[in-house]
Amino acid sequence: MRVTLKIWRQTNRADKGRFVKYQVGDVNPDMSILECLDVLNEQLIERDEEPVAFEHDCREGICGSCGFMINGVAHGPLPATTVCQLTMRHFKDGAELLLEPWRARAFPIIKDLTVDRRSFDRIIAAGGYISVSTGSAPDGNAIPVPKEAADRAMDAAACIGCGACVAACPNASPALFTGAKIAHLGTLPQGAPERDRRAIHMVAQMTAEGFGGCTNIGECTGVCPKEIPLEVIARMNHDFIWGSWRERDNVVTTMRPFTEWSTGSKFQINEQETD
Amino acid sequence: MATTVVGAREIQPARFWASTNGKKAVMAVTGFILLLFVIGHVLGNLQVFEGPAQLNAYGRYLRAVPEILWAVRIVLIVSVVLHIWASIALATRKMQARPVGYANRENVSSSYASRTMYWSGPIILAFVIYHLLHLTAGVVHPGGQFIEGDVYHNVVAGFSVWWVSAWYIFSMILVGFHLRHGIWSMFQSIGFNHPRHTPILKKAALVLALAISLGYISIPVAVMTGLIK
Ligand code: SF4
Ligand code: FES
Repeated sequence: MRVTLKIWRQTNRADKGRFVKYQVGDVNPDMSILECLDVLNEQLIERDEEPVAFEHDCREGICGSCGFMINGVAHGPLPATTVCQLTMRHFKDGAELLLEPWRARAFPIIKDLTVDRRSFDRIIAAGGYISVSTGSAPDGNAIPVPKEAADRAMDAAACIGCGACVAACPNASPALFTGAKIAHLGTLPQGAPERDRRAIHMVAQMTAEGFGGCTNIGECTGVCPKEIPLEVIARMNHDFIWGSWRERDNVVTTMRPFTEWSTGSKFQINEQETD
Repeated sequence: MATTVVGAREIQPARFWASTNGKKAVMAVTGFILLLFVIGHVLGNLQVFEGPAQLNAYGRYLRAVPEILWAVRIVLIVSVVLHIWASIALATRKMQARPVGYANRENVSSSYASRTMYWSGPIILAFVIYHLLHLTAGVVHPGGQFIEGDVYHNVVAGFSVWWVSAWYIFSMILVGFHLRHGIWSMFQSIGFNHPRHTPILKKAALVLALAISLGYISIPVAVMTGLIK
């Protein structure tokens, strides 16, 4: 089969960017759209043109590296599927596909279809963890976990941090992502001691990042490759409201968002803080 | 020693209102207060079908104790102000959050009502201002004399003008849309969502929104068709 790809090309942040049309013949219906881009890139390299930059790693739908908009839908038209798992047979022969990067202020563009998602890393760093003592591994069954709690935590833990929820949200809100982590850890007994702290810190970081706010529209869950339910957002709101009350006399620490890279960064390297 | 770039850390007191989540919680609570008002108001209004005596008596009853009347009004005004304040803050963040828009973005799983809250809200506000000038203060009263205390007369005279009725009906349709999303969304914002109960809640929101909206619309329709005069 053959397809026409209309791809967003942008050399760097200073560039304005534009759509460029490419014809790709010889598309095997069983290859994924990323492999289709590989084929295109080989042709571009042969023609001495700049290949299309896109992010990928595992190519089996579990790492969360890949993702872009296909015809206006994050990760393309197939539900519960990342672009690396989206095979070309789901498109018609001769189809024209519009490929666009995630667009959000907190996801500044790097190049073509690649965006900088370190804002997600900072949200996780703000509270998406549990504190444990290091040393020998604890006994696996020392803490009893109810089956239902384990199942619900597991469902929320399925989030791969791809950013499609932000991309699809009319508000550009990461509520589904943040909620998934808060629900995942807060449901388990290991995460309970830090539950209030986690919610207010992650929400504070989310606010600092310049994302929009969730208004319960629900586009996110429709495009999420892991089908994270809106329930996790309610869970975040619940933990945040109660956490704000119980931790009202405490302070929160947020990290100032930075979008530069370590070379040429305007931030000073503070050796005390980093060693 | 690692040589990573470190963003400066900022330490601040825990702040509820600063976050969008806190604002949504405030919108949920104020929205709930306004929902109670809207339900009470439509039930009161429907007494128009029982004739002038009943409706005017109800009007007098509401104004019997000015202290209570004003207490209720103050709660409502504070709710409206907070509700709007939070929504303006959220709308501003929304506008800043995606400086470069999509060439194409399709909706896959959201309701029309939820996506148009920023439209239905301000139009309803414009309606409420008009409505207060029209039937509470009586300053803008096309279609005849405004008679203080004769609620029935004012309603019938007001709705006899076709464009007044049309404006009321249009606004009440938007109120229906606003409530269809708002009624279930307020539960989500204060942290309640359950795989079994939320679908029921969404259906209940639709039924309630429809009932309220149709209840209000029935009055101008009744006047226009001559059912009440
Ligand atoms: S919640 Fe879903 S869409 Fe959002 S980052 Fe996680 S996996 Fe991706
Ligand atoms: S490349 Fe890992 S999820 Fe697509």
